[in-house]
Amino acid sequence: MAQGFLQIAIFFALVAAVVPLLGGHMARVFMGERTFLDRVVGPLERGTYRLLRIDAGRGQDWKGYAKSLVVFSMVGWLALFLILRTQTLHPFYTEGYHSGTWDLSFNTASSFVTNTNWQYYGGETTLTYFSQMAGLAVQNFLSAAVGMTVAIALIRGIVARRRDGGAVLGNFWQDLVRATFYVLLPLSVIGALVLVSQGVVQTLGGVTSGLFRGPVASQEVIKELGTNGGGFFNVNSSYPFENPSAFSNLFEMFLILCVPASLTYTYGRMVGSRRQGWAIFGAMSVLFVAGVVVVYLAELHGTPAQHLAGVHTSAVDGSTGGNLEGKEQRFGVANSALWTAVTTVTSCGAVNAAFESLTGIGGLVPFANLAYGESVFGGVGTGLYTMLLYVLLAVFIGGLMVGRTPEFLGKKIEAREIKLVSLGVLVTPLAVLVSSTLALATKYGKPSIYASGPQGSSETLYAYLSQANNNGSAFAGYTGYVAPNAGNLGAHGVTFADLLGGVTMLGARFAPILLVLAIAGTLAGKRVAPSGLGTLRTDTPTFVGLLIGTVVLIGALTFFPALLLGPVVQGLTDRLF
Amino acid sequence: MQLGKDLRTAAIAIVFLTVVLGIVYPLVITGVSQVAFNDKANGSQIKVNGKVVGSRLIATAFVIDTGRKDADGAPITVPDPKFFQPRPSATDYSATATFFSNRGPNSAAARFFYRDQLSAYLQLNSKYDPGLTRAGVPVDAVTTSASGVDPHISQANAGIQSRRIAAVRKLPLDRVQQLVKDNTDGRFVGLIGEPGVNVLELNLALDQEAPVR
Repeated sequence: MAQGFLQIAIFFALVAAVVPLLGGHMARVFMGERTFLDRVVGPLERGTYRLLRIDAGRGQDWKGYAKSLVVFSMVGWLALFLILRTQTLHPFYTEGYHSGTWDLSFNTASSFVTNTNWQYYGGETTLTYFSQMAGLAVQNFLSAAVGMTVAIALIRGIVARRRDGGAVLGNFWQDLVRATFYVLLPLSVIGALVLVSQGVVQTLGGVTSGLFRGPVASQEVIKELGTNGGGFFNVNSSYPFENPSAFSNLFEMFLILCVPASLTYTYGRMVGSRRQGWAIFGAMSVLFVAGVVVVYLAELHGTPAQHLAGVHTSAVDGSTGGNLEGKEQRFGVANSALWTAVTTVTSCGAVNAAFESLTGIGGLVPFANLAYGESVFGGVGTGLYTMLLYVLLAVFIGGLMVGRTPEFLGKKIEAREIKLVSLGVLVTPLAVLVSSTLALATKYGKPSIYASGPQGSSETLYAYLSQANNNGSAFAGYTGYVAPNAGNLGAHGVTFADLLGGVTMLGARFAPILLVLAIAGTLAGKRVAPSGLGTLRTDTPTFVGLLIGTVVLIGALTFFPALLLGPVVQGLTDRLF
Repeated sequence: MQLGKDLRTAAIAIVFLTVVLGIVYPLVITGVSQVAFNDKANGSQIKVNGKVVGSRLIATAFVIDTGRKDADGAPITVPDPKFFQPRPSATDYSATATFFSNRGPNSAAARFFYRDQLSAYLQLNSKYDPGLTRAGVPVDAVTTSASGVDPHISQANAGIQSRRIAAVRKLPLDRVQQLVKDNTDGRFVGLIGEPGVNVLELNLALDQEAPVR
């Protein structure tokens, strides 16, 4: 056990160490300062602006920014949908795969454009190389970049001075291009080669000697880095060709967490006080570590089914013991538990172990992490802007407690902001509860459920929790698509699950984005008042505690009754269902 | 007017970025990988006498065909005692179509699965290790892995199977244990991950050392 905690500590130290480096780089990128990549990337960046015929220096107000963002995402959705519908025409190795059903394509296109990467399909059995490379992997880059632009626009709104005029949120196209070419692409190029050196495959050579292969490494790296999570293979990062060694596992977990963690530092630098960034990083870290500890301790024990069958799951010489169902030997319990926490606090959703086979209490951790609503590190960009919503909420609550008008970084937080913040915080839980209730209460949700008893309830709730929070991990028994024969032949989609999931993902992604941009717009227009004696400081341990309390109360209380019916029941009973 | 301009910009951007990120980037990575890491990029294949027998990263089954067929017409196989056995697989060790076992913690069906796995493991090994009881069976030996093709087993699991292999192949036990040790992948820099014994490589080493039939 001590060995496991040591591994977890080493991982977290690595992430914390890179935060100032990568966070500082991203701050320079988005503040238009010089970076070490200018020489290489600069010409590509300027060429792109010429091709797009945009004036990158021209700022936008929140409505203009939002309009560009939504139009870009819509066009991206359409392009991806078309690619998925035309698989028989694709170049490269195609395996004779037909397109899936239209409802599946709707779900998948919505899934990748929203940075969710929920997968009702199995990659290696249904998709062509071209769909994976030019369809899904492209949105892995772009949906992550879009998330970053929103976080950056919100920060710009927070720091804007009134005299800056209206159009101060920056230029969406410029932010998009810079996020892609200065942050995501360079890290992906290096990361992909590191992964190949470990044994992740990268070839257009197809199946040989019964081994399915493909251009995996180039997609694997951005799947982690962009907190996307859609696996090339159905079993995702547990498959040795995606994640072959203990080192590749460590590296991939690092990729998942590095950008969301570093963005806290970027925020600190852009608002002119690194302490503000570290305070948010601290609050996130506390909630993250709590989750890791719980899931690790839980998975060190076996499940009721194992115990009742007579399996001994305690550690012996040469085996760690624990619940190894759905886990790989090379990762063991510690690295599977750690990954489970990493992938659910962020909006990644890639898995290296089967969530459906977690113990009851171990399975509660992914639920809780999703219930925080992507605010603990969260997705690339989405994590930071969601946490900033919670910060505004905590400032408001704190302000009420001390009886002063709440202020945040010198700006008064008034009725309009709080209305928008409340909507922004509540829209995702609302989407989860409405969609999972529909799926559980009507007969249409039934064909998707695999397990009986409380596990079936867990599967359903988790499916919509994951899709609404744009995570994409799954209790994988839940189905939305059945392809009885290779190449999608004779396939049918579960239309209800596909459409409800798709709509949930789109709504719970773009409604908060629009609200956040609106908040950025109203904050940008506010006068900055000097902070006084009565100002609630947002960079103190007290505030970090208040912030954690706010996140936990809203996350936990919203879903508490629903969670009782699933993982909590299973954690408390030895009964089998 | 603004909307029309956004639409045009978005369309150009999607096409251009798809070419850069979706075609140029993966092809460049493929090219570099094929040159710099040819073996790994193609799946770490193992060749014996010039013939590919598998990948060092992917478990394969070592079974004997009984000649009988089950209700679905699939051949019934039993573990081959001459070889180290990999972990159970939910996918029959498929390297072309993968899925999770989705065996939940409180699943009644899972209980019967584990019970059967336990008795099969004991049946295979206790003849050579009379002291072996259910309590001594390592958990990795009776649970399915996540990928279905976990190339490793725990050292405890390999230790138990060593006795069987030594007896069946008429090798000294310490020689088999040495081969197990040679084919164990340790932790990364001694700290990260869990040690595991690579079953395919170990079995190939055994065949080199003491060929059977």
